[in-house]
Amino acid sequence: MVMWSWFGLHRGKATTGWPRPGGDDGQAGVLGMPRFDPQCCRTGCRECIAVCPSAALRPAPPGSEPPLRIDYGRCLGCQLCVEACPEGALSPSGDWAFGVTRREDLQWQRAVESSAGQALGQRVAALRRSLHIRHLDAGSCNGCESELQALSNPFYNLHRLGIFFTASPRFADLLLVTGPVTAPMREPLRTTYQAMPEPRLVMASGTCAVSGGAVAGSYNSGCGVDQWLPVDLYLPGCPPNPAALIEGLLVLLERIPQRVKGGRLER
Amino acid sequence: MIAAAQTRTLAPEALDAAAAELLESGGRMQMAWALVPPGTRHPELCYLAAPGPRRPFVVWRLSPQGAEVPSLARRTPLLSWYEREITDLFSVRFTDHPEPAPLVLHAGADPPCPVLDPHCRAEAVPFAQVPPKFPAVSGDVQLLPFGPVRADVVESARFFFFYIGEHILHYQPQLFFKHRGMEQTFQGRDPGPAVVLAERVSGVGSCAHALAYCQAVEAAAGSEVPLRARRLRVLLAELERLYNHLHYFGQLADTTTLKVGQAQGRLLEEQAKQINARLTGSRLLRGLLVPGGLRRDLAIDRALVRELGVLRGETVGYVRMLEQTTSYRDRLHDTGVLDAATAFDQGATGPVERASGLDRDLRRDHPYAAYEDNGLRVPMERAGDAYARARVRAREIDVSFDLILRLLPQLAAEGPIRGDCRPAPGAEGLGWTESPRGSLYYAVHCDDEGRLARVKIKSPSYSNWRVFPYTVHESNMMDYAINEASFGLTIAGCDR
Repeated sequence: MVMWSWFGLHRGKATTGWPRPGGDDGQAGVLGMPRFDPQCCRTGCRECIAVCPSAALRPAPPGSEPPLRIDYGRCLGCQLCVEACPEGALSPSGDWAFGVTRREDLQWQRAVESSAGQALGQRVAALRRSLHIRHLDAGSCNGCESELQALSNPFYNLHRLGIFFTASPRFADLLLVTGPVTAPMREPLRTTYQAMPEPRLVMASGTCAVSGGAVAGSYNSGCGVDQWLPVDLYLPGCPPNPAALIEGLLVLLERIPQRVKGGRLER
Repeated sequence: MIAAAQTRTLAPEALDAAAAELLESGGRMQMAWALVPPGTRHPELCYLAAPGPRRPFVVWRLSPQGAEVPSLARRTPLLSWYEREITDLFSVRFTDHPEPAPLVLHAGADPPCPVLDPHCRAEAVPFAQVPPKFPAVSGDVQLLPFGPVRADVVESARFFFFYIGEHILHYQPQLFFKHRGMEQTFQGRDPGPAVVLAERVSGVGSCAHALAYCQAVEAAAGSEVPLRARRLRVLLAELERLYNHLHYFGQLADTTTLKVGQAQGRLLEEQAKQINARLTGSRLLRGLLVPGGLRRDLAIDRALVRELGVLRGETVGYVRMLEQTTSYRDRLHDTGVLDAATAFDQGATGPVERASGLDRDLRRDHPYAAYEDNGLRVPMERAGDAYARARVRAREIDVSFDLILRLLPQLAAEGPIRGDCRPAPGAEGLGWTESPRGSLYYAVHCDDEGRLARVKIKSPSYSNWRVFPYTVHESNMMDYAINEASFGLTIAGCDR
């Protein structure tokens, strides 16, 4: 035991300063959502639509410009479209911080209307700087859990931000759901939510929880959390990395502004 | 004809004798699955038999034409779950099955037709929750249902403990809350891009799943993978083993209440994931594998070699400190003992079986990718307790680092990384990997257009969850979390 205490002191602090300016977010090299440049999408070849495994890319009605619709709420970040596009209209990026309070903000739009419009502010005002989370796995691949568990490691050290995981829904402010909501998890999802005190928030974390992702429409899978509960924050990503999770939680608490509008990350 | 394995056609009545003969000669059943071959109405059954190391796998095929099939679950108990799953998904009945309850579809699910039959168009299975029924408990015996939503950030499953005080009399896990129907999502897809689905069966086994899937498709197509791609695949597979095993030690330290040990294990896992991201763009090593090779080349630079060297140094020191901590060792010794006979009969795999004295590792016994040329040591233990399972994993970390450092100089030379891979109509193939948790198999069957008609996934946790309860009965509550951590199970891989 003495050995571990000495080791801990000797090893020193491992926690990043991020999200303070100049801190390391730990995501060097991580690929995020493909960026779309409508200028380059000219021929309407649909190569990207053919390879997309989760229907994040769909044809737009005839005559529309651009000829495809992009829903980042369904995107796995698999990069198949980037490889398939012969025109360079889709390019790889490090845009992984995709937490939004409105589902529409994940759909690519040419013009972005700027109305924020939600009553979220009043509810988070009551919580303000501290947040207790009950995580609920509603049929994930365990990739989301792997990254959620990482939040508690010394590098991210989620506690320093006043955000904690809690065992009981009775103590929870936020229900953080992963997975598409499989049939047997519907009832546990409902009862967990009901056990939470008001004001209560719901976060759909990961592309499966946002839209069902790659497994939407199978005989036992659902199409995301908002089929069953009102969702306050959508965070697509497959899986969202720990920094994306932290950004999403801070957006939810209105401690930082939402950066994604019209399917684009403001940089 | 399944490529990468021999085929043997059997009549249902010859099944039991064939299984007896296989066991007699030192072989072992690996899995069983069903499919409805294109153009037919009745499910066909496939059994994967492993006669022994370095001897080809044999697929037994059976066409019961809608009749009942003799159950093999009494002769080789590990097949019990496969038979129950086939009953759930294909409505094939097994005669005299010892545990004839539903498995992957919970009681209360009411499919209008066999859900994996391509003729069945059921989009969602109607489902009404039915609480499981158990014998009434009385006297001092208590029943504790735990889950599916449990403390901490963990996967969903429900456990039933029958106990007196601290003593667990009987333990019954209820899994498959997370059953997503992954195998169905492959059906009708182009085999190339469908690798993205294989990467999402078990997140922390993304690379192993993608690799087994790719190798199954490559076997079906008869395609060759360039040497550089095969070497890079080994690198990725071993990087996956590293971060998983580091996670495992963080978990063990957590359950044995070593706070600093837990923090250091988690930190090393994070460092390994950050190395993964800088090398591949994905912390979980996704987005690289594809049938035929790799989607893009990887730059192996000096920084990677240096970072891996640092990680190795810290890992060696960390594992040594755990080993020197008596409170840690005391909690692991004699906890959750799995004897070799139970391990064999119930189908234990990976570090779990190797800790119980079963010397099997697919990387050595049925080499794939570039494992053949890189002579592999397979660490073994005999005690079968939590300590033995931890020892096996600790030494596997060493072996992985050795393998990676031997491989890196070979990766200096450039070369092609992707070959053609397009399975012919009706082609079938088998692929396997030794994932961090044990043996992983994919069987791929194509339709008349060369698209995926049926994909069967056998994940290591499906095997080890079947085994785990045998180490919990007649144990005590205080050891449960340590024992569960020492198995290193995932639920997503098992439930699919």
